Amino acid sequence: MRRRIADILVTLTVAVWTLAPIVWVVSLSLKPPTLQNDGRFLPASPTLDNYTGLFTKPMFTTALGNSVGISLIATTVSVIVAVFAAYAIARLRFRGSGLVLGTALGLTMFPAIALVGPLFTLWTELGLFDTWLGLIIPYVSFSLPLAIWLLTAFFRTIPRALEESAQVDGATRLQALVRVILPAAVPGVVTTFLLTFLACWGEFLFAISLTSTEASRTVPAALAFFTGDSEFQQPYGAIAAAALLVTVPVVVLVLLAQRRIVAGLTSGAVKG
Amino acid sequence: MNRVRTEQRLGWLMAGPALLLMLAVTVVPVLRTVALSLERYSLSAPGERAFAGLGNYREILTGQDWWRDLSSTVILTVTSVGLEFVLGFALALAMHKVLWGRQLLRTVVLVPYAVLTVVSAFAFRFAFQPSVGFVGGDFNWLGETWSAYTVIVLTEVWKTTPFMALMLLAGLVTVPGEVYEAAKVDGANAWQRLWRVTIPCVRPAIMVALLFRTLDAFRIFDTVYIQTQGAVGTETLSFLSYRFLIRDLEVGLGSAVSVLLFVCVAMIAAGFVRAFRGAS
Repeated sequence: MRRRIADILVTLTVAVWTLAPIVWVVSLSLKPPTLQNDGRFLPASPTLDNYTGLFTKPMFTTALGNSVGISLIATTVSVIVAVFAAYAIARLRFRGSGLVLGTALGLTMFPAIALVGPLFTLWTELGLFDTWLGLIIPYVSFSLPLAIWLLTAFFRTIPRALEESAQVDGATRLQALVRVILPAAVPGVVTTFLLTFLACWGEFLFAISLTSTEASRTVPAALAFFTGDSEFQQPYGAIAAAALLVTVPVVVLVLLAQRRIVAGLTSGAVKG
Repeated sequence: MNRVRTEQRLGWLMAGPALLLMLAVTVVPVLRTVALSLERYSLSAPGERAFAGLGNYREILTGQDWWRDLSSTVILTVTSVGLEFVLGFALALAMHKVLWGRQLLRTVVLVPYAVLTVVSAFAFRFAFQPSVGFVGGDFNWLGETWSAYTVIVLTEVWKTTPFMALMLLAGLVTVPGEVYEAAKVDGANAWQRLWRVTIPCVRPAIMVALLFRTLDAFRIFDTVYIQTQGAVGTETLSFLSYRFLIRDLEVGLGSAVSVLLFVCVAMIAAGFVRAFRGAS
């Protein structure tokens, strides 16, 4: 019985600490502009005005479109390229696998800011500054290590016998990958897609450095430039509402895939 | 045809594109950064572009900004990673041991991981903002150095402790139960079991978690941008480089800061690898 109470207390403490900032943003997003300075944790008279207001602001709606488009394209390219690389690393007797994994590991430690200067000048010369492609290229490169890492771990959990029997039946390696391994790896590929998408979706440094207008500014960058109806009033409620609209869907997806994500994120840590 | 050779060729064919994509957006730009760092080059006065040798490095290393920002980056990194480690370890132990509410516990810890850094930075900024937030009353937390550090560290700790906890949990689940039983039989109390059994057993996981989080924290940018814009002495090295490059269009100086930051990151990684080799 004492054990049970202690367990519940621990869980509740963690839940409150974890959820309080989210509840606070929800509450701020429900406050009418006139009451956003009341300093209360919960809204006195909740309203949805901040949310309806967002969709009349092109600043938010175009940024949302940019975010969805850029993140989806970058994630799709990254996951497709990573599937082949991870398969080669996990399954082929192939001397380059150490080099690929090493490069991926090096890239996760790489300071992204060191690329901002050269990309900024290079993109300006090539006409890629402030375009979708200008963000998609670095997003693909920076999300590849995570995708390769997760997929390699997933491929290693698939029994070799599966593809060997396919090859006995006369399938080539590539056919075995596409027809036999990929279907078995669907849960792993979906989890990888989700985590890679999450990384692109929240990216901020490139998003503010390599864009300058609504043509390609994503939501995290747009949030930093949000302005209210008057120049002197910070639109706390509108920022909170926009922040929630881009956060809640990914949080829900992550929680739905919870078990697999925990398995995937921790797969690389133990080998050390 | 030779089977080994075929497999080798297929391997390069399949993994080659990934390798090329990763290298193209790092090696080429990094060489360019190094080249630019040796130039006097400002986009606001492109006509005066000239080779400057190590002039930019001299200007940075003899000026105040680099050293001030290095110290604030180190302070933020050490305090946030330290707190995350202690809390993350406790959380990992809880996730490992708790029976009642285990599922809820493992679900809620993922929430901060899924929240965008920009969003958590705004949540904490508004919570501490005078007359908007519910925490600080009239005190302007982000207006003074030490209180601003506190808010930034709290934000980082909230956001990244779950990641730390999950990495450590992965280590904890590999410790065989018999080891604890044996220690119990030998009369070790809970505290001794933690220090003598658990921690030595999960050492590899600890090192990996600390390495990843330290490098991540050392590059901190988003939270500082949203919460203080580097004001009141909270500017970090990533922010300094951003300020030179994008705000002031000083490509030469900004590139030199990037190179120096890169050297710092490489040194931290090398330090961890050495410590790791020494320990195992």
